[in-house]
Amino acid sequence: MKASRWLLFSSFLFLGGCNLSSYPLLDPAGPVGRSELHLIVIAFLLMLIPVVPVIFMTFWFAWRYRASNRSATYKPFWSHSKAIEAIVWGVPILIVTGLSILSWITTHQLDPYRPLATASGTHKPLRVDVVALNWKWLFLYPDQGVATVNQLVVPVDTPIDLRLTADDAPMTAFFIPRLGTQIYAMAGMVTRLHLMATSPGTFFGVNTQISGKGYSKMHFHVIAAPYRSYEAWLAKVRSSPHRLDIVTYRRLERPSLNNPVTYYSTVAPDNLFADIVRKYIGGVMLASDPLHNPATPHFGG
Amino acid sequence: MFGKLTLSAIPYDNPIIMGAVGFTLVGAAIVFGLITVYGKWGYLWREWLTSVDHKKIGIMYIVLALIMLLRGFSDAIMMRTQQLLAFGPDHGYLPPQHFQEIFTAHGTIMILFVAMPFIVGLMNIVVPLQIRARDVAFPFMNSLSFWLTAAGAMLIMVSLGVGDFSRAGWIGYPPLSGIHFSPDTGVDYWDWALQLSGLGTTLTGINFVATILRMRAPGMTLMKMPIFTWTTLFTAILILLAFPPLTATLAMLSLDRYLGMHFFTNGMGGDMMLYANLFWVWGHPEVYIVILPAFGVYSEVVATLCGKRLFGYATMVWATGVITVLSFSVWLHHFFTMGASATVNSVFGISSMLIAIPTGVKIFNWLFTMYQGKVRFETPMLWTMAFLVLFPIGGMTGVMLALPGADYVLHNTEFLVAHFHNMLIPGVLFGMFAGYEYWFPKATGFGLDPKWGRRAFWAWTIGFVLAFVPLYVLGFLGMPRRLDHYSNPAWHPWLEIAFVGAVVILYGIICQVIELIVSIRDRERLRDFTGDYWQNGRTLEWATSSPAPVYNFAHIDPVHDIDEFMYLKERGLAYKRPAGYSDIHMPRNTPAGLVIGSLAFVLGFALIWHIWWLAGAMAFAIFTTLLVRSMNDDVDYFIPAAEVEKTEAERFRMLEEGERRLSEGRGGPAQTPVILVHQVQQS
Repeated sequence: MKASRWLLFSSFLFLGGCNLSSYPLLDPAGPVGRSELHLIVIAFLLMLIPVVPVIFMTFWFAWRYRASNRSATYKPFWSHSKAIEAIVWGVPILIVTGLSILSWITTHQLDPYRPLATASGTHKPLRVDVVALNWKWLFLYPDQGVATVNQLVVPVDTPIDLRLTADDAPMTAFFIPRLGTQIYAMAGMVTRLHLMATSPGTFFGVNTQISGKGYSKMHFHVIAAPYRSYEAWLAKVRSSPHRLDIVTYRRLERPSLNNPVTYYSTVAPDNLFADIVRKYIGGVMLASDPLHNPATPHFGG
Repeated sequence: MFGKLTLSAIPYDNPIIMGAVGFTLVGAAIVFGLITVYGKWGYLWREWLTSVDHKKIGIMYIVLALIMLLRGFSDAIMMRTQQLLAFGPDHGYLPPQHFQEIFTAHGTIMILFVAMPFIVGLMNIVVPLQIRARDVAFPFMNSLSFWLTAAGAMLIMVSLGVGDFSRAGWIGYPPLSGIHFSPDTGVDYWDWALQLSGLGTTLTGINFVATILRMRAPGMTLMKMPIFTWTTLFTAILILLAFPPLTATLAMLSLDRYLGMHFFTNGMGGDMMLYANLFWVWGHPEVYIVILPAFGVYSEVVATLCGKRLFGYATMVWATGVITVLSFSVWLHHFFTMGASATVNSVFGISSMLIAIPTGVKIFNWLFTMYQGKVRFETPMLWTMAFLVLFPIGGMTGVMLALPGADYVLHNTEFLVAHFHNMLIPGVLFGMFAGYEYWFPKATGFGLDPKWGRRAFWAWTIGFVLAFVPLYVLGFLGMPRRLDHYSNPAWHPWLEIAFVGAVVILYGIICQVIELIVSIRDRERLRDFTGDYWQNGRTLEWATSSPAPVYNFAHIDPVHDIDEFMYLKERGLAYKRPAGYSDIHMPRNTPAGLVIGSLAFVLGFALIWHIWWLAGAMAFAIFTTLLVRSMNDDVDYFIPAAEVEKTEAERFRMLEEGERRLSEGRGGPAQTPVILVHQVQQS
């Protein structure tokens, strides 16, 4: 793993001589991002098997068989070789077979809906409900009864169990490059994502799906802190004078740019997230309630 | 009276837009002025605008593609400039919404009004000649296809000065493209431009399937068709299967926008994910619709300019067929991050990677065509070699994106932008440029100046690397695509390099403009006397004069071999004077295509601005025109044998002249020694 990371890293070195920490995808701060980097490196190396020879052969054949080279063999009618055909079909088939097995295994391992396996003794997963609004992110902490805008604070070494939706916003995508996997947030629907930070730090989070005028401004900060610091932060949020009730939410929901980080010490009603999702269902009864069923079904799955 | 259209729709107060409008209008005025001064309107009307000749329609398609390439590239360099400037406290020169209009226009134009007309143009010029046919199966419908495409392009150009263009990206995902988030007419411009050109493209698909299946010369079995014809056939099949879903999807979006329906909205049971699926059911095959003909071009170029039979012809055909089938099984890879189950994502990921197999096979086939050949570094071959070097890199990053686990972090970042430009520029566009250089003499009768061609080639190739390798890096820096402003200092240097790349590409485009002007000026020097400009032509388009006569071939002789023209040259039969000529049956020119295209343009405009009476009138007029055209029995004529004989006599005189020049060592494009396997047969 270390070696492969260095390989990819060194390939960028000659381009910029930048340090690793400014490349969030090459310096993941959690297990999800680490597995994804690992996968990218393996795929990259496997694909070099056909790509490097092709590039080399293009230059070599072009030079060796240039028209002005009278000493090169010229076989104008030669156009078939069973051996070559077997190799050019066989080698790509083998590589793609390998990649397919890898794809099947890693796609199941990295399924964003799959809870993260954790070592015993770690804290139980932190639940966060994310609402994409035009053009800011609202983070609801249902178990703590608090909420924040444009800042997500999480304890390190604790799985984060995210449920995402959007309200009065186009399709958006929630992405913290240093933690890994992004996922769409869509009105009337709940998507799920499991992430974890294993090293403390401040990471940037972005929306990657064009969503109108404020798209470029729709970013947020993630602070991964040791559990004690996280608890201290929580106490600070709980002492905030701001309260998130329906009136405040309606105001927040309106399109706005550059919202400052805001802490809400209480959230009322308790099931605000569920209400936001239900708003769009329009009286259609669902066979299984996506909000109260902890294993929200995938579509197609 | 005028629906939503008022004078305030014209953005007088925006100097950038008004500058672009002014530039376009001045350009158009110069063209119109020159035509008037030289008194060419009658000629233009008779020989071009009303023509049903596939060769002329092909040229008009390519002219449209080149004009739209200039527009699409202007958008590109404006985006690069904005991302260069809009860093930290500086917000650049474009407000977010204008930036978003520009990237939407760039994507829409480059795919639908550059790549599509370019491939359809090449198909038109080449395919009937390669299969030794006199025209396509439905010549009037071919003209109609072109004018519908042109009408779509015109709608996009009009959106520059009247109202706005869409800001929802070229894929137009709802609910952003719905009436709630995009209440102005921008999305409607995008929608109707796609609908009109899509209709034109569907008709093209029908036309080429019919032409290739029904109009081949006797003896040309399917497995004796030249590869470019094969790739055109597969592309036409893809068009037939993929464009109807697009039409239906856009129609549903229109119903949402015009009649308040809820196919794709946030509420009332609307499902935005449905749109994503439907759009990419067209969108992914569309990628293969544009790349398969490019693969066809590379196959023709590499065989001709290496003086060798194409390696693995049957494999090439099968690989193309496999790609055609698989292209419908991969659409979900455009949204792995939408929350589908691991099994669904994995299956679509694997089917996406499967496409790499036949594509890889094709690459090796081109390489083994070069192997033990005589590689001539003519401009079309240079484009082909750049493709062979750069395209596999895009394939590699494509396989990375096809792994859902990797896509979860790379999706919608600049890495994705780099990947698909890596497929579309060295893949599709270089193929189109190779085809443009390769068949230009066949279409016009003279070649393109190789010096300026090489300059354009180097600028495009180096510019591409400079403009897009930094975007791969920016993906690893976590930069989302489509940002009109950013504050991350780590991104800035890479965007500076990308800007330099765009400037180098601009130089390449300037070289191409000069190349065209110089070649027209020096057309006598670059004249093709033999019809076999590269002196090594293998397929039948080189067996007739350059440009080909209106009837293409005086006789529809039987075909013996894949490389029929080479077969004839090797046996000394290529330039035999026939014993006699007979009358030739040809389709008559008609203004109906142009009329319907113009009416469709006004219809689109009326629908965009909710001018219902005008839309109704235009729909009625289109129906009437079609009816009148259908009632007209006078749609064909005969070229008398005497006239054919005269034309052919002139061709043989040219051949002798070409032979004389070649023996004197002048004429011909060859930068390097050419292997001449034929001698002109004196009768």
